[in-house]
Amino acid sequence: MDLNQILFGVYPYIALTVLALGSVIRFDREQYTWRSGSSQLLRRKQLMAGSVLFHLGVLVIFAGHFVGLLTPLAVFDAIGVTHGAKQILAMAAGGVAGLMCLAGCVLLLHRRLFDARIRKTSSFSDIAILILLTMQLLLGLATIPLSAAHLDGHEMVKFMSWAQGIFTLQPGAAGHVADAHPIFKAHLVLGMTILLLFPFTRLVHMLSAPVWYLGRRGWQVVRTRRALRAPSGPAVHARATTQIAK
Amino acid sequence: MKIRAQVGMVLNLDKCIGCHTCSVTCKNVWTTREGVEYAWFNNVETKPGTGYPRDWESQKRWNGGWRRKANGQIEPRMGAKWRILSKIFANPDLPEIDDYYEPFDFDYATLQTSPEVKAFPTARPRSKITGERMEKIERGPNWEEILGGEFSKRSADYNFEGVEAAIYGEYENTFMMYLPRLCEHCLNPTCVAACPSGAIYKREEDGIVLIDQDKCRGWRMCVSACPYKKIYYNWSSGKSEKCTFCFPRVEAGQPTVCSETCVGRIRYLGVLLYDADAIGAAAAAPAEKDLYQAQLDLFLDPHDPKVIAQARADGIPEPWLEAARRSPVYKMAMEWKVAFPLHPEYRTLPMVWYVPPLSPIQSAAASDALATNAGMPDVRSLRIPVRYLANMLTAGDEAPVVTALERMIALRSYMRAKVVEDRIDEPLARSVGLTPAALDDMYRYMAIANYEDRFVIPTVRRETSEDVQDLKGACGFTFGNGCSGGSTEIGLFGPKKRSRAVKVMEL
Repeated sequence: MDLNQILFGVYPYIALTVLALGSVIRFDREQYTWRSGSSQLLRRKQLMAGSVLFHLGVLVIFAGHFVGLLTPLAVFDAIGVTHGAKQILAMAAGGVAGLMCLAGCVLLLHRRLFDARIRKTSSFSDIAILILLTMQLLLGLATIPLSAAHLDGHEMVKFMSWAQGIFTLQPGAAGHVADAHPIFKAHLVLGMTILLLFPFTRLVHMLSAPVWYLGRRGWQVVRTRRALRAPSGPAVHARATTQIAK
Repeated sequence: MKIRAQVGMVLNLDKCIGCHTCSVTCKNVWTTREGVEYAWFNNVETKPGTGYPRDWESQKRWNGGWRRKANGQIEPRMGAKWRILSKIFANPDLPEIDDYYEPFDFDYATLQTSPEVKAFPTARPRSKITGERMEKIERGPNWEEILGGEFSKRSADYNFEGVEAAIYGEYENTFMMYLPRLCEHCLNPTCVAACPSGAIYKREEDGIVLIDQDKCRGWRMCVSACPYKKIYYNWSSGKSEKCTFCFPRVEAGQPTVCSETCVGRIRYLGVLLYDADAIGAAAAAPAEKDLYQAQLDLFLDPHDPKVIAQARADGIPEPWLEAARRSPVYKMAMEWKVAFPLHPEYRTLPMVWYVPPLSPIQSAAASDALATNAGMPDVRSLRIPVRYLANMLTAGDEAPVVTALERMIALRSYMRAKVVEDRIDEPLARSVGLTPAALDDMYRYMAIANYEDRFVIPTVRRETSEDVQDLKGACGFTFGNGCSGGSTEIGLFGPKKRSRAVKVMEL
């Protein structure tokens, strides 16, 4: 088994398994540690701009990678989007969002490293993950000039084939990226590493993005431990607390 | 009508001496941990003052509480749900820790370890966040204690609205009062409404508002939404924390720690029955001055047979109904109307109420012909402006505050006549709209204030919610990891062990 096979054929499965299992176990066993870890209370400065830029940028990038890599090629062909056009879109949108995100990252990283209050209250993982994300962004942005050298989209198709191959359990998936530029490869490896570390860092808060809040009926939440009585028949013992939206 | 019960609190500010025993005992029980050194679930402020955190009463600044929209509906002042979510990356309405104060400790050890020096060694402050030296402490937990600081700063107090503040900066006219504050355990809490995770909830059984520490994700919207600023973000755990109304004690029929330890015996705990279906309409009362009355209208008479029948149908246990009938809180808020909600204009329908303090007669009034009203001094000549108290307790409506103060003064005259002159002054009682029996009761509850009169707390009816057979042999208090003690010390060869032997020093 060559290095390419290990990095792009085996490592993705290790990373994805740790991501899935680790997140489930942490959520189940250590939910008290599951939080965004905001430091806004301690220092507002640089967070207001930094956090907004970072999060908006990273959400666009995340959505772009998700849709761009995992949508089957046949779908793009069916709706008539050429590979070249898709690549241009990816470069433009990714470039803008990447620069926003990078600006945010730099602000947040500077604040985290050089503001005593934030530095002293940061864990190793808080600092490490921010550095890794910044490196990943730089690598991602560095691929844009490479992509500009071949605008027909065939390079991008390789990554789509690889990613979809991984998710559809194709043994030869690693072969698709064997001849990719080292910067692309570094971007992929670091990306998988971030997925691997995900359950052990504050990044888990993205899994509980509270979008469901928009669907809450009314405003209030009331919980009861009282036995919930069925309309007819004996009282039902409410083991878990019950939420009633008023 | 859907009847629910809540354990409410009344604080008799007329008797508060500002000793901070409530704050200190509360802190020792709940917030001595890292991350909440700056948090005081209970604190006592000297008013007038801007309070803790700075300017907490000014919702123009912090956007806490509710706002009534043109269509008659209410929504959090922070905005609709999508507006609240849009603040999730950076919340413009969140106070910074300096608005509370940077927590600090002193290098006490230098007092003992200092070598012999010419100048007396000093214990200098050190930040509890960074551990670094603090050259100057800018703010502390009780920074305006006993009118500390310049009047020009303290006069930013929100309750001076409509009061000529300037004259109260003069020594002759100065006044002060204490305001102990804790979570209001509101009927219409904005913190609950603004929590995107749904981690904050009101308990149906006793009305206590709690934060589910496992479900809290630290989005910190509650800190902004609470107009009383009584939710604190734990910067260490990344979770919000708040006053728990000492629920483990209340469930067992004991008063909260702040109430138990109050040396002035100013705190009262008792059950109130209310109509849960009418909360929305009450909180959306058109005029802010109507909110006090709207909240009174929510409370139900526990002696009314119809109310009792409906309460039973809604599952309120019998001991709770009995407690509601003996509730000191009901007597003070509803029967004598001497207790008021704190800032009803926030539309949260708070459940910790306050008896306004009497104050000395102004020297100007005393030296001149004292303004009197049927033999009693006019409450408008008291040192604390009625308008100031009304801004705090009734959204600026002075009449209810005047009535309460008159009743408290009448109680004194009445008892003087009774004890000194051996005479029941019934006309006096009638003049303030009460009976002699009511004044006797007021004396018993407000002046004598025996423990069993102050705290009428029914225990939780555990048998209605749990199968006790399941509890046999189960673990008691845990940290959520099964029956483990919460210790996560991991070592390659088993948990770390250390000698229990006490170290001795050789001489």
